[in-house]
Amino acid sequence: MTSNGGAETSPRYAWPDDLTMIPDWVYTDQAVYEREVERIFHGRTWNCVALEAEIPNAGDFIRSHVGPTPVVVARAKDDSINVFENRCVHRASEFCRELSGTANEFVCPYHQWTYDLKGNLIGVPFRRGVGGKGGMPADFKPLEHSLRRLKVTSHRGVVFASYADDIESFADYLGPDVLREFEATFDGRKLKVLGHYRHSLPGNWKLYHENLKDPYHATLLHTFLVTFGLLVVGNRSLMLTDASGRHGVMASAKSDAKAISGDAKKEMRSFKEGLTLRDSRLMDFVDEFDSPWSVTMATIWPNLIVQREMNTLGIRQIVPTGPHEFIMKWTMFGFEGDDEAMTRHRLRQGNLMGPAGYLGLEDNEAIKFVQDGMQHVPSGTHLVKLDPQTPAGTADTLISEAAIRAMYKHWRHAMDL
Amino acid sequence: MLDSPNAMANDRRIEALLLHRELEEFNNAYAAALDEQRLNDWAEMFTDDAFYVVISRENADRGMPVGLIYCENKAMILDRAFAHTKTAMFAPRYLRHIVGNLQMLGEEPNGDIRARANYVVVQVLFDRPDAKLHQVGVYYDKFRRSGDQLKLAERRCVYDNLLVDNALCLPV
Repeated sequence: MTSNGGAETSPRYAWPDDLTMIPDWVYTDQAVYEREVERIFHGRTWNCVALEAEIPNAGDFIRSHVGPTPVVVARAKDDSINVFENRCVHRASEFCRELSGTANEFVCPYHQWTYDLKGNLIGVPFRRGVGGKGGMPADFKPLEHSLRRLKVTSHRGVVFASYADDIESFADYLGPDVLREFEATFDGRKLKVLGHYRHSLPGNWKLYHENLKDPYHATLLHTFLVTFGLLVVGNRSLMLTDASGRHGVMASAKSDAKAISGDAKKEMRSFKEGLTLRDSRLMDFVDEFDSPWSVTMATIWPNLIVQREMNTLGIRQIVPTGPHEFIMKWTMFGFEGDDEAMTRHRLRQGNLMGPAGYLGLEDNEAIKFVQDGMQHVPSGTHLVKLDPQTPAGTADTLISEAAIRAMYKHWRHAMDL
Repeated sequence: MLDSPNAMANDRRIEALLLHRELEEFNNAYAAALDEQRLNDWAEMFTDDAFYVVISRENADRGMPVGLIYCENKAMILDRAFAHTKTAMFAPRYLRHIVGNLQMLGEEPNGDIRARANYVVVQVLFDRPDAKLHQVGVYYDKFRRSGDQLKLAERRCVYDNLLVDNALCLPV
């Protein structure tokens, strides 16, 4: 490892056996985390930073992140979308403090160095000094001191940024199968932002990917779904991965609770016959997508989750802050053609997700429990052995961890560990 | 002299004070129901057509409607109470709700009483040493008299904190 020397040969970073066992240091080690920032978030990856609908007009900007690094996403006068580090080139001050807004330029409040909407340095006060004294060196060229700018792409209204100038196109990055699911959700209709959720989560950021590559948990942890017969092991489902193993899509089709077999009910401790919601509109599904699935959860490596939980739609951005914690920013959206009733339906169904959602709060709690379990146990490992018929990759059963193994196949390659 | 202008003004002041006290007592009972995690009692403090939302100030200030909890009627509030009590998996915890700075803001055309109050929610997890500030915000309320009882026809909980600490496992 570059930062602490000799990590490759240190037994501390030895993988225990094969991909069916994951060592705890993957989630708890500071040096591993720093290497992830360098090789993954700042490496050859497309990181989601915004929806175009958040910055519809020239001058609009939002604060965002690539990995833990704060960036600004701004729309310039020529309509281009620009992503640059939120860090003055002079003294490193994080100059943009508003969550969002509209500006003609960015002025660092400390010494008023000024940048345009593309991140070019356009103003240095007293650059020539005063009365022939002081000032910047005569050969200082502002154009050579722009903010650190990232490569930007936008697909169906979702904006991505990369530190790698030579990265492949977004379509090639996703691969055809995951791209198809991405475009099923972002189907060309113009997006309308309905609001955000933001929360911290005391766990390693990869656990969030794993939770959505683990269809096994959905029927067991989420008692709400099972109690009301809404998602069960008998449902038609797919756990898709791309060829690289880094991206995934967990997909399922809503079905009738009456179709659940007696065997399945016995395995699910929480299944209760006959319980119904007082307001069952929560679980109504308006079939608005060209897709066989009523629910898809896409994990787009390394920082994006696309939620299509029936009609409640959102992107979730992962902002890691260390091995033991990350921040999630959710941007919930509908479409511009939605009438008042459809918007209400999306908001109502939003009770399922987010940090107070019937499902969402449980995921957050479970991830915290896992991180707690991994700390203070030296040399711990844990199991991802389900579904040995599929060593790593796409699985057509919910009772599988093949997608998690696929992710670690990629991770080990990217991390060289 | 009973209906002199002074006496009438006094009556109005006394009525306002009594109502103020009644609303405070309501909020105290509301906080106690949540502190003791008696969620059915909590749900019964709303009218059948009540609107209840927990929304970030970030969203509220920008006119965006997404809420952590979004209930359009008492049926949804009761579903919430059921889910948090019977189905939701979360670590055990103590919560303390403190409500203060009550202000009465006037009356709606239908007689609902508009009010606001500041609130804080402090959370203690059984496996962490410290009490942590979980939410700080404002209740924007509409109270309705139903028989001899007051009920909430609307409560918008607008919280100031940017981040939710992991999860909001009980209502506010």
